[in-house]
Amino acid sequence: MSAALEVRGLAVGYPGRPVLRGIDLTVAGGVTAVVGPSGCGKTTLLRTIAGFHAPDSGTISIAGRDVAGPGRAVPARSRGLGFVPQEGALFPHLSVAANVAFGLPRGERRSLERARELLAMVDLPVELLDRYPRDLSGGQQQRVALARALAPRPALVLLDEPFSSLDAGLREGTGRAVVAALRSAGASALIVTHDQGEALSLADQVAVMIEGRFLQVSAPAQVYLAPADPRVASFIGHATLLPGVATSRAAATCALGALPLRTAVAPGPVEVAVRAEQVQVHRAGGLGVEGVVEDVSFYGHDAAATVRLHGGERIAARIPATGVPESGVRVRVEVLGEVVAFSTAPTPTDETGLSAGEGTMVPEATA
Amino acid sequence: MPLGYVLVTTAQLGAGEAAAFLWRPRVGELLWNTVRLLVTGVACCLLIGLAGAWVVERTDLRGRGWWHALMCAPLAVPAFVNGYGWVSTTHAVQSFAGAVMVTTLSYFPFVYLPTVAAMRRLDPAVEEVATSLGHGPWRVFWWVTLPAISPAVLGGALLVGLHLLAEYGALQLLNYPTLTTAILQQYATVFNGPAATLLALVLVLFCLLLLLLEHLLRGRRPLARVGSGASRSAVCVPLGRHRHTVAIALALLAVWSLAVPLVSLVRWLVKGTSAGIDVAELIGAIGTTLGLGAAGGLLATVTAVPVVWLAVRHRSALSMFVERSVYTASAMPGIVIGLALVTISIRVMPSLYQTVVVLLVGYTVLFLPRAVVSLRGTVELIPASLDDVARSLGCRGSEVMRRVTLPLALPGLAAATALVALAVSTELTATLLLAPTGTDTLATKFWSDASSVAYGAAAPYALALIILSIPATWLLGRLSTPGDRTEVAR
Repeated sequence: MSAALEVRGLAVGYPGRPVLRGIDLTVAGGVTAVVGPSGCGKTTLLRTIAGFHAPDSGTISIAGRDVAGPGRAVPARSRGLGFVPQEGALFPHLSVAANVAFGLPRGERRSLERARELLAMVDLPVELLDRYPRDLSGGQQQRVALARALAPRPALVLLDEPFSSLDAGLREGTGRAVVAALRSAGASALIVTHDQGEALSLADQVAVMIEGRFLQVSAPAQVYLAPADPRVASFIGHATLLPGVATSRAAATCALGALPLRTAVAPGPVEVAVRAEQVQVHRAGGLGVEGVVEDVSFYGHDAAATVRLHGGERIAARIPATGVPESGVRVRVEVLGEVVAFSTAPTPTDETGLSAGEGTMVPEATA
Repeated sequence: MPLGYVLVTTAQLGAGEAAAFLWRPRVGELLWNTVRLLVTGVACCLLIGLAGAWVVERTDLRGRGWWHALMCAPLAVPAFVNGYGWVSTTHAVQSFAGAVMVTTLSYFPFVYLPTVAAMRRLDPAVEEVATSLGHGPWRVFWWVTLPAISPAVLGGALLVGLHLLAEYGALQLLNYPTLTTAILQQYATVFNGPAATLLALVLVLFCLLLLLLEHLLRGRRPLARVGSGASRSAVCVPLGRHRHTVAIALALLAVWSLAVPLVSLVRWLVKGTSAGIDVAELIGAIGTTLGLGAAGGLLATVTAVPVVWLAVRHRSALSMFVERSVYTASAMPGIVIGLALVTISIRVMPSLYQTVVVLLVGYTVLFLPRAVVSLRGTVELIPASLDDVARSLGCRGSEVMRRVTLPLALPGLAAATALVALAVSTELTATLLLAPTGTDTLATKFWSDASSVAYGAAAPYALALIILSIPATWLLGRLSTPGDRTEVAR
């Protein structure tokens, strides 16, 4: 069976402004999340696959059928995929039933059978069929939008930041319901999101996009535990990047002391990525490197803190709710477990262009 | 096409002669009259229309439905009937101030209606946010509401401006000479075609200037509504102790704009009936007017759909040109379009001359802008993502139009048809010229009596005109209320 989606060498841009620069992506099945900071080109990728944008070069095939490539452009209406834009975009003049049935062939639109089936699939009560979009909550609208996209049985569904307009409580439940519906419909999905937690928890495959390129495409655990690039490490999870030196293939020293490495790296200058939850904060007097707590955000289940070391480096840490220090307190910082390091020695194949000492990016905390 | 006619006939005149004609002090006086009426009239309409819309839509004034109806009602009284009502009451209105007053009282609903409609569609959350940021109601209106509803307000102001440029009947009765009345006099008295079209050319320049101004002010801001979920009604601003003052001001406006012409009309009606009314003639004129109004309204709306579609969804130099050239036609007095069509139909298709077809084409050319303006406001608020979804669900362009855009634009379509039907039924000059011999509408019958100071004989036709206009006006007023919107859409 051919892949639900295959993208090769895709380049897209507006006049004088390239947006996507050579994208390769295979969605064999299941759910793939494209994650990246705002403005990296995620939505452009989605709209190009959907057929609302013409690519400059590269090919796209959906379920084995070429839809875009040299001399070939299948219009959006014939690509046979589902599309769920931000905020759902339900047709305000149509009832839920008519919205869901919108993409069905004329003969099937009348019978409510398929609409009922789909509402059940997205876990909504059948009573909603006669309602109008303005009577639904945001989460319900989003599920109806998915039901509408699934109705014509597409092989692939594209979802553009589908949960960003929902409040946090609804977001997780809606996300799980949407993925469950996609799986029971047997459709593959490409979800664009800027929320890494959403991407890691919902997807089978995560593609990290930064500045119009995929830096890594792999399973969620792989992306988190073995990031292929310092920018991936910094964007996914709360990793602090510190300049250091690999003393052997399995150990490196940095401002936090000598640390064991999870993946082998060539000895020499490196960048060490330390995850926030690996960082243990002790009251002054224990083991580890000395520092001062600069900033604490309390979440309930735990807290995020920033600790400034004597050298000025800022370390992000996750602290259990029971032992949260106040800001300004002197503490000791210790790293548990292995860390990931990236060689920063200039090599001919070094394309990341990120030199040691450049920006210690502390990613924003997610609630 | 009419523009081409104006240019060709002007060219026949020769540059030297044209310059000599245009430099006369009489033309300077006409220009001055036109400009000051235009500026003052538009300003007054904006003031009354905006203030009225805000009071009715955003304050705790009691009986808002009634006030809304009263604010729409002047639309049912054609400007020339209004002028007749005033002039037959007192000759004091035959002045600049009188001209401004009468035209403002006739045209302010053109600003009021789209403004009210836009205010109701506006997500109240943005106003609430501004209020929570510590802005008073006045500042909220000025900095948040007004920019958001500006396309509707500008559209309304443009309509008022174009009407003032093309108004003939009322200004003729008020004895206030402008470019348009002068053009008509040129035609009527000396039949000096080229000289009159030269004045029309000046008028066209005015219109282009107005369009440019509106375009610059409108800009390219995206105005589709953001946000989802149910739309709530806005929080009302309490008027407190000013409530009675505001109610009295609105009541005065209603009396001024409606009661004066109506009372005068009734007075003449009583006097006129003593002389007897030709009922058969009246009924014939009513039938003709109804038929022409319906046909003209539908034709213009159908023509407006592709124009608006191009202008909103596929903005390009060409679509802008199409949209703008549509507007230029309406700034020309009906008689220029009329004569252009007469000339063209005689030269190209003599069989069509003196038929209803030419008349309907004339109406479409004249009133297409109204259909475009009222349709555009609705279409602009339809998010483009609905098109994307429809296309991803397998719809081709025509299907997207039929199943998504048109149903959502239905309020706009109905408003466009009603507006044009209303305009057609009260149109005077082009009808005089283009209607086949023996086809008399209420407006032409009224005019032939009123212009010969037979005020009593004109009264029944004026009354019929007003009564005929009431359903269309009522429809217009109702369509700007959100509760009715979905019922119409179904």
